[in-house]
Amino acid sequence: MNMLDEVKGIIAKQVEVPLDQLTADTRLADIGIESLDVIEIVFALEEKFDISIPFNANESAAEAFETIGAVADAVQKLVDAKAA
Amino acid sequence: MNRVVVTGVGVVSPVGNTRDEYWSALVEGRSGIGPIENIPTERLVCKIAAEVRNFDPKAHLDSKQLGLMDRFAVFAVLAARAAVKDSGLEIDEETALDTATIIGTGVGGQNTIDDSYLRLYGQNSSKVHPFTVPRLMPNAAASHVTMDLKLRGPTFSIVSACASGTHAIGTAFHMVRSGQAPLALAGGSEACITVGGVKTWEALRVLATEACRPFSKGRNGLVLGEGAAMLVLERRDSAIARGATIYCEITGFGMTADAGDITSPDAFGAGRAIKAALRDAKLDPSGIDYVNAHGTGTTINDKTETQVLKDVFGEHARKLAISSNKAVLGHSLGAAGALEAVATAMTLREQIAPPTANYLEPDPECDLDVVPNVARKMPIRAAISNSFAFGGLNAVLAFAKH
Repeated sequence: MNMLDEVKGIIAKQVEVPLDQLTADTRLADIGIESLDVIEIVFALEEKFDISIPFNANESAAEAFETIGAVADAVQKLVDAKAA
Repeated sequence: MNRVVVTGVGVVSPVGNTRDEYWSALVEGRSGIGPIENIPTERLVCKIAAEVRNFDPKAHLDSKQLGLMDRFAVFAVLAARAAVKDSGLEIDEETALDTATIIGTGVGGQNTIDDSYLRLYGQNSSKVHPFTVPRLMPNAAASHVTMDLKLRGPTFSIVSACASGTHAIGTAFHMVRSGQAPLALAGGSEACITVGGVKTWEALRVLATEACRPFSKGRNGLVLGEGAAMLVLERRDSAIARGATIYCEITGFGMTADAGDITSPDAFGAGRAIKAALRDAKLDPSGIDYVNAHGTGTTINDKTETQVLKDVFGEHARKLAISSNKAVLGHSLGAAGALEAVATAMTLREQIAPPTANYLEPDPECDLDVVPNVARKMPIRAAISNSFAFGGLNAVLAFAKH
């Protein structure tokens, strides 16, 4: 499974949105994801890939969490960095 | 109804364990936040906090007493002793029978919980210390204060996260005002800086890792703190009769629930709490000169609190001096409201608004006068102190110059 599908799976489960409605361009805000959902999604990704995502709910670095594709890219980078 | 005044204060804080050390740090904006020293930090992402340092419980309590106490109870007892001493009261046995002891805490005996879990799950021990229950129970601080000072009236703990201390003082205020208790000792205590405690806050992704900067552009979260503060609340007539030094009058208390989000603040609920406090004090909003803000340093709290003040005070909001003590004290959860009540009592007595320290530059979303970095000598007739807790529980105290 590629990273985008992994992330879609975790997000679909978190907000109970059908998987087939999610694409790389889907904005998290548009599918009703609130701040506490983001924190749980970050945690689920950290657990799944055994990584640490430097996410502070106070910072607009939350940009990295604007779309599903952006999340997948950010996670992929951390996974690659861990493997390197 | 009795008028109620503050005649004694006591603190255990990251910036000192006497009233004068505490107040001078607040006025100078000298922060007690620094690298964590009391616990191992290797596994922490956030390695700063406002810890109570240079603290030796053995200098004040015997080993038998200490063996039964979590750190949060020790803080409470020492702050309570200091408050009673400061008040100059000799509490006779008859008065002690009716004296109320109301103490807030957010989590209770966090150190005890951490230690026992470490033994059970970390070290595979099959036993925990026999005093684990009496040490960790959230009412332990209130109970130890009564035992230490032999106060035998209405006593309980209040648990409402970051508003606990304010709820405790407000409840005690109402008890003295109504005549239920002639005298009350009220405040809050917290000792939440353990590996487990910091980890739970890291998990919420709200901690700043460099500094706490309430209402400032560039703020990026709260910093945990610890400590305790206690106030002696007394009927105004008896305080005057015995020639007590009076810090200020407590005139109102308001509390509400947002019934909304579990962590995000709500302007409507918070605003209603301020209005309730002013109504209780029978005071028009224009009578307030100073606001001791909740001001946690998170993006959302400070923005929301600014909006709340505009909603409640209208045009007068621009005339308010507003400051947050949390840049100096960190956020000590259940103790925060009590430490800030002591600060507000001092503010009224000294007629000095302490600054919001660590302020960098204005944030358009927090565009009221937050007394950035430098204290201000000014006439202060009346003040409010805000506490807006997780769980959507809001508590606001109103104070007046005496």
